[in-house]
Order: sequence, then structure tokens, then C-alpha cells
Amino acid sequence: MMNDPVTIQYPAEVSIPSDLEEARQLQTRIEEQLQAITRFSEMDLFAIKLALEEALVNAIKHGNQMDRSKKVHVAYRVTSERFDIRIIDEGPGFDPEDVPDPTAPENIERPCGRGLLLMRHYMNHIEYLRPGNTVVMSKWSKNGK
Amino acid sequence: MNPQARRRRLELEDVGDVTVVNFVDKKILDEQNIQIIGEQLFDLVDNQAKKKILLNFGNVEFLSSAALGKLITLNKKAQTSGGKLVMCKIAREIMEVFEITKLDKLFKIYPDEQAAMQAF
Repeated sequence: MMNDPVTIQYPAEVSIPSDLEEARQLQTRIEEQLQAITRFSEMDLFAIKLALEEALVNAIKHGNQMDRSKKVHVAYRVTSERFDIRIIDEGPGFDPEDVPDPTAPENIERPCGRGLLLMRHYMNHIEYLRPGNTVVMSKWSKNGK
Repeated sequence: MNPQARRRRLELEDVGDVTVVNFVDKKILDEQNIQIIGEQLFDLVDNQAKKKILLNFGNVEFLSSAALGKLITLNKKAQTSGGKLVMCKIAREIMEVFEITKLDKLFKIYPDEQAAMQAF
């Protein structure tokens, strides 16, 4: 259970206002830690950066509706073989099953809905917790599960 | 919006009747940034009546799903106006993003500018 992303102890926790610039600064800090600590490949680092971008934009834009008075609460853990993150917004939550498959022919030309698909593809584990305003994600290298 | 944010995000070059577009930014991120890039791309079709547009991604290292949305809309606009949108020099990591989202099937993508020019 030590690595269960729902129950693990996250050594770093931070709350930011619903502001994309604040999110960018947090992303930069996390990316610096990833570069310094982990043994992930360049491809894995790209994957984490993309999933992190999509998850934070979802929390700020869709969850908190860009309302600066609402916060996004981020907890994360970086080790040499693993990255775990929990992102909570202050919105009502959503059911990921309700998001239409953006790769279906009838949806392929819709300009939205690809963030979740990319997060699922690029992370080893992703889970939305009820009521759907919390996402936990993990990425591990082959020795890090 | 500050003047810095409004600055031109695209480098345009007309090669014959093809408009070649290079992106100034290495990372196509941020709602505001993507909004501006989208406006400048749509302007090519909506106001400048460009029919043949080639997007060269040679400078781009990273983009998010919000940017994909703008490319889908641009592609639709180009088709609706009887034009054509072609892309080239997409980095391996970004190409994978296109493949995961199956947009590699929707867009016309070529390895380099020379091959892309032949596609018009």
C-alpha cells in the first residue's frame, strides 16, 4: 500500500489560486525536481509534463472556472523512480465517464476533450476520486512500481 | 492584455502561393498564448484569404491539448474556404500526441517542408 496514490504521504503540498501563471511557476518547480532527482527518460519527462499541464488546466479552467478566489490544492512526491501527484480543485467535480471519446469519428473534429485522453495515456496510473474534483496520477520507471 | 503578450507569435513567409508558418514559441502552452496563436492563425484564412497554409513545427518542442483544439478549428476553416492545411517537421514526442489523439489521421503531415510543399 506504500505506493497507493490515494493513501500515500505526500512530502510536498501547496495551494495556488486559479491562475495559469501560478500554475506555470509550480510546474517549473516540479519539473526542476524531476530533472534533478528522477532517472526518467526524456520521453517519460515529456509525458509527465504534458499530463501535469492538462491536469492543472482542467482544475483551474473546468473545475474552478478560472475563479481566482478558488484554490487548487496540489500534493506531490518525487523519488528517483516515481512521480505521484494529487490535484484537488474546489469545483463540483465531474464524472470522467461522461467525457466523450475524442478519437471517435463523430468527435474527432471537436476542438475539446483530449486532455483526459492524454493524461490516461501518458501516466501509469490515473484515478478520479468522488465527487470528481480530485485526481491522483502516478508515473514510474520500470524499477519504481 | 499587455503589449508583450500581443506580440506576433507566428513567422510568415510566402513561398509561391503557399503561406509557410513558423511558430515563434518553443512551447505552445497557456490559455492566453494559445488564444493569440489561434487568432493569428484564423486571421490567415478569415481575413487574408490564404488558401494554402503550411505549418512548420520545426521550432516547437511542446504543446498541449488546448493547442490541438486550435489546429482542428484551423483545419476546418481552411477546408470550408476551399483551402488546404498541411503540417511538417513535427518532433517525435509531439507526433506521438497526434497519434494518441488520432489527429495524425485528420491532418496532412509530412516529414519536411519540401515534401509538404509537394502536397498542395
